[in-house]
Amino acid sequence: MAEALRQTPLHSLHVALRARMGPFAGYDMPIHYPAGVLKEHLHTRAAAGLFDVSHMGQLRLKPKSGSYDDLARVVEAVVPVDLLGLAPGRQRYGFLTCENGGVFDDLMISRYGDALLIVCNAARKADDEAFLRARISETCEIETLDRALIALQGPRAEQALSSLAPEIHDMRFMDARESVICTAPSYVTRSGYTGEDGFEISVPVAKAEEIAKALLAADGVAPIGLGARDSLRLEAGLCLYGADLDEATTPVEADLSWAIQKVRRRGGVRAGGFPGDKTILAELETGPKRLRVGLKPQGRAPVRAGAAIFAAATDAAPIGRVTSGGFSPSLEAPISIGYPPASLARPGTCLFLELRGQKAPAEVVALPFVSHHYRRV
Amino acid sequence: MLRYTADHEWLKRDGDVMTVGITNHAAETLGDLVFVQLPEVGARFQVGDGAAVVESVKAASDVFAPLEGEVVEVNQAIVEDPSIVNREPQGAGWFFKLKAADPSAFDALLDEGGYLATLA
Repeated sequence: MAEALRQTPLHSLHVALRARMGPFAGYDMPIHYPAGVLKEHLHTRAAAGLFDVSHMGQLRLKPKSGSYDDLARVVEAVVPVDLLGLAPGRQRYGFLTCENGGVFDDLMISRYGDALLIVCNAARKADDEAFLRARISETCEIETLDRALIALQGPRAEQALSSLAPEIHDMRFMDARESVICTAPSYVTRSGYTGEDGFEISVPVAKAEEIAKALLAADGVAPIGLGARDSLRLEAGLCLYGADLDEATTPVEADLSWAIQKVRRRGGVRAGGFPGDKTILAELETGPKRLRVGLKPQGRAPVRAGAAIFAAATDAAPIGRVTSGGFSPSLEAPISIGYPPASLARPGTCLFLELRGQKAPAEVVALPFVSHHYRRV
Repeated sequence: MLRYTADHEWLKRDGDVMTVGITNHAAETLGDLVFVQLPEVGARFQVGDGAAVVESVKAASDVFAPLEGEVVEVNQAIVEDPSIVNREPQGAGWFFKLKAADPSAFDALLDEGGYLATLA
């Protein structure tokens, strides 16, 4: 007998907004609303989209000693990122690594005072918690936060959120701030998964619907489902764990080396000291064997995850695979992400992608497909 | 009067030529279409052969030949603009016209009530 799907705190709001619901990571989630995926996608880039991402995991880590440095050092033992150097009120992208150098999950890590708040993928959150408890619970308190998470993304996002919380207006990309929204204590980061300027807002479950409705009432804000969330992140060149990232893929292969600060690399003061460090540090120096790139199929047909990549139309043996693929509403063309050999990963390289028994030509392009609009200054 | 298949195709008969498309229900379930691949004029199909492909943002779906026959015309407009199918799936969003090998087989297909019953 199938287990019943879980619901987020905004479930009844989605139903009231006539969302087409569907299962995702064990939750009954809005795939799209009556506007449809294409309109929701374009609306987010033109105005502001509101996403329920409460299915994702939120963990709070606190040092038992009360000293942030103790917490940072111990989390650095599982994440190849500079956390000692993470200032209060700042956020970093990172990942838990495996002994083989692969990625266990990718995460957003924000520092509030002496605590870290981790947002992780819904499908991995139970595994992530177990992973951390097995390794760092001597030094850290690990708390699963039962809170809602709302993403507000797009050029009109700041205006909409400042109407509820005026102090967020001077936040810059990757800032993290505690705020009070509709009298609810909230965690706000200026970041997201669309490539647009925007915010991710962690709020108490009991206040989630009120806050979501207040944001939806702001000028230019529309509700956006998971369908558009995926097409937006694909255009932005961002990884989806389980598709573009997995335990068999190193962060270097995934073109995420930028997230591994110098201090954790060979020659750095805190080089290595995380699972898979030998593999990852070596790849950072010699280069990986394969590399994540953007692929633009010729013609109109999308080429989806799983499609084989070939170097030549007459080749029988594939040289890699497409890991994400779909249609770009902004470019009105198909776009894919895949892993050819590093030697064939230069933008402009012509490759062939398996499509309904044929080999469709495609061009390697630099990511992102659509420029980012982060508010860095 | 239209006839239907359990695979969500509709047919309109004009002598031995059948216009074929996908139903309102199918178009709504698929969501925004971004790509349509039509058969070649002259292609011959058995019942149940894959005749066309549609892609929504998320996934691909096949459109099947509802009767045995030969494609005599295709609707190029929906290749240029797949959104026509979403706007008028049972009108301007038609896919292809099939000259049926046995036109009387049309009568054995589902009528509207029969099709709607399959959706219940």
